[in-house]
Amino acid sequence: MGIQSKGDKIMGMIAHMVMIILSAAAVIPFMLLFMSSITNEQEVTLEGYGFWPKQFSLEAYKYIFEQWGQIGRAYGITLIVTFVGTTLAILLVAMLSYGLVQKDVPGIRVVFLLVLLTMLFNGGIVPTYYVYNNLLHVKNTIWGLVLPNLLMNGFTVILVKNYFEHNIPAELIEAAELDGANQFHILFKLVMPLATPILATVGLLTGVAYWNDWTNGLYYITDDKLFSIQQLLNKMNENIQFLANNASLLGGTAINTALPSGTVRMAIAVVAILPVIIIYPFFQKYFAKGITMGAVKG
Amino acid sequence: MKTKKKLHWKKIGAVYLMMFPALAYFFINNYLPMLGIVIAFKKVNYGLGVLKSPWAGLDNFQFLFSSGSAWLITRNTIFYNIGFIILNTVLGIVIAILLNEIQNKMATKVYQTVILLPYLMSWVVASYLVYAFLGGDTGFINNTILPLLGSDKTIAFYQETKYWPFILFFVSQWKGIGFNMILYYACIIGIAPDYYEAARVDGAKKWQEIKTITLPFLKPTIITMVILSIGKMFYSDFGLFYQIPKNSGMLYSVTQTIDTYVYNALMTQNNLGMSAAASFYQSIVGFILVIAANAVIRKISRENAMF
Repeated sequence: MGIQSKGDKIMGMIAHMVMIILSAAAVIPFMLLFMSSITNEQEVTLEGYGFWPKQFSLEAYKYIFEQWGQIGRAYGITLIVTFVGTTLAILLVAMLSYGLVQKDVPGIRVVFLLVLLTMLFNGGIVPTYYVYNNLLHVKNTIWGLVLPNLLMNGFTVILVKNYFEHNIPAELIEAAELDGANQFHILFKLVMPLATPILATVGLLTGVAYWNDWTNGLYYITDDKLFSIQQLLNKMNENIQFLANNASLLGGTAINTALPSGTVRMAIAVVAILPVIIIYPFFQKYFAKGITMGAVKG
Repeated sequence: MKTKKKLHWKKIGAVYLMMFPALAYFFINNYLPMLGIVIAFKKVNYGLGVLKSPWAGLDNFQFLFSSGSAWLITRNTIFYNIGFIILNTVLGIVIAILLNEIQNKMATKVYQTVILLPYLMSWVVASYLVYAFLGGDTGFINNTILPLLGSDKTIAFYQETKYWPFILFFVSQWKGIGFNMILYYACIIGIAPDYYEAARVDGAKKWQEIKTITLPFLKPTIITMVILSIGKMFYSDFGLFYQIPKNSGMLYSVTQTIDTYVYNALMTQNNLGMSAAASFYQSIVGFILVIAANAVIRKISRENAMF
């Protein structure tokens, strides 16, 4: 790096200080959440949530473990929805984007225009709700969590289309066509493997969007058997008594007497964010890439 | 020649077959609801369905605008969006510049990773985190901070409006700053180092480098981002305004935006007409703003325009 001027050094120090403050601000709320979840319930009631409990307690996690029927179910639903939604999204986006780069196919420009139009105007929540609810009847089905809004949008299509256009040599596709390979074969065996970086980015962003989604549940799911983990958290927010009521409905272990609701809610939130926190550091570069590409176009 | 033509038809068929599922999705998810905006002009009767329901003319709109809600939700939506545009741009750039001053690549990476973390959390989880601080009985501020400051009273955050503009701005920055930082940082590291070296040879100070090199290079991105945000001026982040104030009715005067209003009218008051009218109002004004914003981008820098 060579010699650093005095100005550089001061600037560097200020930069480190600001970054440390911001990092702390990012992490501290999660620490409060976690510490609250391992605090004795009574202490929370008397002294509120804190960073360092006088009395540690794993009651909340024990409770979750005992009530795994409800929570585990929500967890399973979230996993299925995330998996199905992300897989479908990657497939649909790749197939559409592949079509959009075939300039020799008539009508492609019109199709692209139709995709662009979806980014400019939308009918809004009410008509969308009406279509899914009254025409497609997705209410209280798993499709109510998968289909509305999250599956794909014009933005991801443009990202993938641009990647296909600029990073996959047209000669390669032409050569395969001359060899008599059919289009599906070319896409799945040739193009998609070469486009792994962009597909991973799109997949990861879509996956996190599914994992974090609670709005589709809010609109389309009233049956608690189909609650996702985020919707479960949201419901508890709306009604702290929810778990108590539900546990007795489920005929689970008798917990009605001393329901550790304050800490349990925090513990469920910890369990809900765990997968994202665990995978995130390994895929950080894909997230950063997704953001950067959005800046170029979108 | 003949075989080539036949092959070509085969290809056209295959390509359209491939595109079909995604196009069908866009038709259902985006195009059908566009037609559904007629709901705003109908007096919907669920038994009859939208098409057969009687027309209501502009009744739904009249109701919306005469109730005073329209003004309130428009004012709130625009007020917060202006604040967000300023904060996102200024803080995003300042912090990206600072991040770029850090020489240790490992540290840069760690900071980026940690600061982006809140961005990946759902608004539900964010509301839990905020509640842990602000909650009336068990919140950290009421139980620990205020007593430390020697105050013996507690603040009912979820009932008092005066704190909420600050809370919402703070929470939105807490969650979004990593995103904005990375966005502008990516542009800064794209600037060729030659410019800075030349400036150094000329004896430029740090501040001069930022003013004469970094900021001019960021200008196109800043313009695009700001104009895009202006295009979205009538939209608000439903999660932020619904989850963080916990949809508390006492706070509506400062937290209700068009999006939360549409939700409440539709799902809690079951007032399809009102909700559709507000949603229509948002879509139309939003559409005009997007078109206008794009026209402005086209004027300034063609290659950044969306269409």
